[in-house]
Amino acid sequence: MTALSSLIIVPILLPLLVAAVLLLLPGAGQRQLRARINVCATLAGLVVAAGLLVGVDNGGGAGRIEVYLASNWQAPFGIVLVLDRLSALLLVLVGLVSTASALYAEAGWSRAGTYFHPLFQMQLLGLNGAFLTGDLFNLFVFFEVLLAASYGLQLHGSGWLRVRAGMHYIAVNLLASSLFLVGLAVLYGVMGTLSMADIADKLALVAERDRALLHAGAAILAVAFLIKAAIWPLNAWLLPAYTSTSAPVAALFVLMTKVGFYALFRLWTLLFSDDAGASAHFGGEVLLTGGLLTLAFGAIGLLASIRLERIAAFSVIVTAGTLMAALGMKATGLSAAALFYLVSATLSAAMLFLLLDLVRRTRVEGLVRPRETEILPDEDDNLDDDQVPLIGRAFPMSVALLGLAFVACALLVAGLPPLSGFLAKLSLLTAAVRTMDDAPGGAWLLIPLLLLAGLFATISLVRAGIHHFWAKGGRSAPQMKAEEGGAVVFLLAACGLLTVFAEPVFRYTTATAAYLHAPRPYVDAVLGAQARPGPAASAEIKGAPP
Amino acid sequence: MEFLLAIAIGVLGGSGVWLVLRPRTFQVVMGLALLSYAVNLFIFSIGSLVINRPPLVVPGQPADLAHYTDPMPQSLVLTAIVIGFATTALFLVVLLAARGLSGTDHVDGDVDP
Repeated sequence: MTALSSLIIVPILLPLLVAAVLLLLPGAGQRQLRARINVCATLAGLVVAAGLLVGVDNGGGAGRIEVYLASNWQAPFGIVLVLDRLSALLLVLVGLVSTASALYAEAGWSRAGTYFHPLFQMQLLGLNGAFLTGDLFNLFVFFEVLLAASYGLQLHGSGWLRVRAGMHYIAVNLLASSLFLVGLAVLYGVMGTLSMADIADKLALVAERDRALLHAGAAILAVAFLIKAAIWPLNAWLLPAYTSTSAPVAALFVLMTKVGFYALFRLWTLLFSDDAGASAHFGGEVLLTGGLLTLAFGAIGLLASIRLERIAAFSVIVTAGTLMAALGMKATGLSAAALFYLVSATLSAAMLFLLLDLVRRTRVEGLVRPRETEILPDEDDNLDDDQVPLIGRAFPMSVALLGLAFVACALLVAGLPPLSGFLAKLSLLTAAVRTMDDAPGGAWLLIPLLLLAGLFATISLVRAGIHHFWAKGGRSAPQMKAEEGGAVVFLLAACGLLTVFAEPVFRYTTATAAYLHAPRPYVDAVLGAQARPGPAASAEIKGAPP
Repeated sequence: MEFLLAIAIGVLGGSGVWLVLRPRTFQVVMGLALLSYAVNLFIFSIGSLVINRPPLVVPGQPADLAHYTDPMPQSLVLTAIVIGFATTALFLVVLLAARGLSGTDHVDGDVDP
């Protein structure tokens, strides 16, 4: 067991232990301490994830695939944690978004309820676990962990709107969990195993009369993931839940739809790969159609939205649709572009959710400042002596930062140059054009829809920007704390780095996509992982009594 | 026995779906509970139904499914019951909060005409 494979357990253990410690520190007196622990632990998680990413990337080609045998049980029997290129990328993404969210929450939102910090860490535990596990039932457990934490976080701050949205959100997710269990049980009934690698290994051997049952089980399981990935028409829960919750939680929730996408990406490419015999590429058309419909739904919703939080929520839906359509076309180039887009879109959507909370603060009712009349020079002013009427009021730093961040965010979300959103969209379009020879139908629909979604996002965000930043009267410079500004700048810097270092990131996602579409190395690595000889075996050798 | 169990799962699942679609929060909770019973029974039945066969491999007997029952669905169903129980309890709390905030037990907070 190498150092890297021992490190795999850290993204799961760290939030778990920190959550336990945070629970032991109740009371208002230790608020500062709790805040510091939460931010530091989240940051530590990011550092570990970055280390894992670098470690995985060192292998070149398919990259290293590290397997952690929990309790030293070998793969088909025990639960394994698997770290590969895809999970490492998503762990880093979780680290980035959660660090910004944790930082932002310290400016005030974390004080709106008692158990914000432990719930936050449990959410991270669920997210990291879902990305790392190599076992279907364990995936269910981590899904439930992250959902249970998200129920609490979604209600954070309370209020009728949150509780109503939360009630619907919980009911939908409980139903999805039931579907998850049914699909899981059918798959177990057919395959006799729940290890993802083992199922992939044996899928081609399934008897012909069992194949329909297998497909039914996989489809039921996929519906559960499609609900979580917010695919139309299963995404009605998303809008109220995301628009009513507090800003740092909404930013964290951007990751949750990505879990559904991850599960589909992982399982679909693993189980229904080219090696799967008669089941190869089962359900691809459904993913493509669902993705395109979601994309169209999100684009229309974007155009129809006036309020910023609705724009942000619809941009999450557009992202979900784009990702699913790109996955459904089963082209390596398109999947690589989709992974790059996933990173860029997640960061920018999280940033938009944080920003809109700050922007909303400028909307102060009843505080109408006579700014225009004050500043406009009139005949009594001697402009040589007193230049204030001419120059105007000093531009507050917070407005400058907010405005610039909003412009950058709008460029990122709409996919306009020069930031990473544009690079992601350009690579998606290029890859879609390249698939035209094989699957012309999908590409012909995907390209105009992508462009249209970008256009609609631009229109909506420009409209919102004019409304919030340029409109006259009734607005004040928002009060912004250093943590809030820092969180936004952090995400902005991450997007900036993604733009500058787009080439290595794109190389990484291309290698990831190529490896995921030919998943034999994954299966071999998981099933080939050897358990270490335990103390019982060495005791036998010494001839000690049992 | 398979037939009886299938009917039971069907009745539980059907009633659960009907109740979940009702407009009262208490009915939704009951529906979700019935659905989780149906799902739990379904998982249990996946391991093929047998009577008087423990999920143990006894020495001297061949270790195939003709001689012992599959312990896996039983452990799965145990976990599913625990998780389902916890999430239902959590949903009940949200239900009470919604009742307190809106003054009605309608899922959207609407007061009936």
